[in-house]
Amino acid sequence: MTSSPTPASPGPSAQKPSQAHIQGSIQGLIDSHKSVPGGLLPLLHAIQDQLGFIPSEAVGDIAKGLNLSRAEVHGVVTYYHFFRSEAPGKHVVQVCRAEACQACGAEELMALAEKTLGCASHSTTANGAVTLEPVYCLGMCASSPAIQVNDTVHARVTPNKLNQLLRQLETTA
Amino acid sequence: MSAVKVFVPRDSAALAVGADEVAAALQQEAAARGSAVVVVRNSSRGMFWLETLVEVETPNGRVAYGPVEPQDVPALLDAGMLQGAAHPLCHGLTQNIPYLAKQERLTFARMGVTAPLSLHDYEAHEGWVGLKRALTLDGAAIVQNITDSGLRGRGGAAFPAGIKWRTVLNAAGAQKYLVCNADEGDSGTYSDRMTMEGDPFMLIEGMAIAGIAVGATQGYIYIRSEYPHAISTMQEAIALATEAGYLGANLCGSGKTFNLEVRKAAGSYVCGEETAMLESIEGKRGVVRAKPPLPALEGLFGLPTVINNVITLASVPIIMAKGAQFYKDFGVGRSHGTLPFQLAGNIKHGGLVEKAFGLTLRELLFDFGGGSRSGRPIKAVQVGGPLGAYVPESQWDLPLDYEAYAAVGAVVGHGGIVVHDDTANLAKLARYAMEFCALESCGKCTPCRIGSTRGVEVIDRITAPANAKHPKEQQVEQQVHLLRDLCNTMLSGSLCAMGGMTPYPVLSALNHYPEDFGLEVRTPESA
Repeated sequence: MTSSPTPASPGPSAQKPSQAHIQGSIQGLIDSHKSVPGGLLPLLHAIQDQLGFIPSEAVGDIAKGLNLSRAEVHGVVTYYHFFRSEAPGKHVVQVCRAEACQACGAEELMALAEKTLGCASHSTTANGAVTLEPVYCLGMCASSPAIQVNDTVHARVTPNKLNQLLRQLETTA
Repeated sequence: MSAVKVFVPRDSAALAVGADEVAAALQQEAAARGSAVVVVRNSSRGMFWLETLVEVETPNGRVAYGPVEPQDVPALLDAGMLQGAAHPLCHGLTQNIPYLAKQERLTFARMGVTAPLSLHDYEAHEGWVGLKRALTLDGAAIVQNITDSGLRGRGGAAFPAGIKWRTVLNAAGAQKYLVCNADEGDSGTYSDRMTMEGDPFMLIEGMAIAGIAVGATQGYIYIRSEYPHAISTMQEAIALATEAGYLGANLCGSGKTFNLEVRKAAGSYVCGEETAMLESIEGKRGVVRAKPPLPALEGLFGLPTVINNVITLASVPIIMAKGAQFYKDFGVGRSHGTLPFQLAGNIKHGGLVEKAFGLTLRELLFDFGGGSRSGRPIKAVQVGGPLGAYVPESQWDLPLDYEAYAAVGAVVGHGGIVVHDDTANLAKLARYAMEFCALESCGKCTPCRIGSTRGVEVIDRITAPANAKHPKEQQVEQQVHLLRDLCNTMLSGSLCAMGGMTPYPVLSALNHYPEDFGLEVRTPESA
């Protein structure tokens, strides 16, 4: 395998690790999870932690390593909302849509986020900077509404605060 | 002059409103003033409208200031906060704040008081007392204590914990497991999250006791991926407890073994259902299993397994430490002990209220909650999570007890309480309940998989404006009949609570708020 750049995929193409490098690191993770009882979920988490998503090309290697069928691995990857098969945008913005946040204006926040970013929920801005998603409960229900920007949760989010957070992202995209 | 102890919570709900920035500002501003302070990152008191709640240790006790923003810190220090001086953000002694003083904190006694990962704090606040007592008893005697306490599953189903434990104790199996369900996906609930982030050793102690009681040597805590702080705190706490000999082989020198591992979930709501959770821990799609066999007999990897919710297991140490009767004396009817009620949504004073069963929703909403946050009238309150009923004002004086709520078609569940003001549209919320079920259904049984999608469509037809082709009256009557019939099928025909309880919010919305569906308002009696 040459160290040529990865095939075109959604999201920014800069600084992509090489195919061989990705394959090597996935194989290392597979080896370290082989003997863990019920190790598929921990393995998928480890891969996503490292790469940001679970490349569909990795499904075969995972299946082989864990003695599962490709269908079983594909089934698990696609069943769980948390696992991604494609790279997200540089930043991920999640707006909680669950009841407690709805009671405090979550739907309006989501509409505002869609308008400000110019992309619909479950999609990525054209420049690949931000992926916008709904999320169902961040556990901030006494401080609603809540959103998550990358790894940071923000509670009691007002429309102004949301716009301020989104503007910070745009400048660093 | 010795350094003043200042407490700034590390609970993720405090972090989400800037607690780290407040802590940094405190350190920086105190240093600039030459004041010696020690900032302790404690757990949260659960008064979330006051977060970031900063507490200062004084000779009279801790004095509370909140909600503190980073920019408030200089003025607070100038006002003499480090001496517990008055300020518009000062609430006096924390323990005298009525919201806290009126509670009966058993499980949450340490919450906000201790530093979550301090073994020293845990030991100094009655930690490990229950485990040490349990180690002097045999498994059957521990199980008897839990049975006698009247503890029922706090995850929502309220199944007697002692009976579940006894089944596993008596089951034959070379290996038995204990699984803690920490997949707290219900909107309006955060007591599991607070426990794991704020008092992780309590959960570890409860799990160690349960493991010893039933003979399970391996435990798993299945924590939702949306709770990264809970995951990292539990992992650190497990490492610390293992190192200190409270977990692992030869636990506390008893010769008994109990190992504990965190498993991270992956964003599937239905994995909070116990058998779907087992599938997920086994590395499969979180598809619900048919019962029987009971997980107690054939659970994780086909072996006998105790599955309990976080709060159930976290209630175990105090029962073992203070005795079954002590715990049983709290509560009413067959609902013994306390429940950490969680006030959420559109509520002025949102937070955790641990009280014995038997108080009313009205007391929670107004005596504790202070009414809606928006200042508008409260219209509907969803009790027990997304699968719980919308409770109208006519039922706010019922005692919060499992049986009293079941009698009116509602559920106490996990104690999550989501408040909506009069701008809420209950037809929209009913539609959302069906939509959420369609999104999260595991797909195994037809009533849930298909019924939820049809439910969204039927509600849309009910609420659609009338047109020439479909005169409103006739159309609506048929569709309401259809919706009730569909709900009945889901209630009776679903494999688990996902499809089986989605009709609770839908039917309660339809029965109590028909005007939101564009239907004629009936007399309250017929509702």
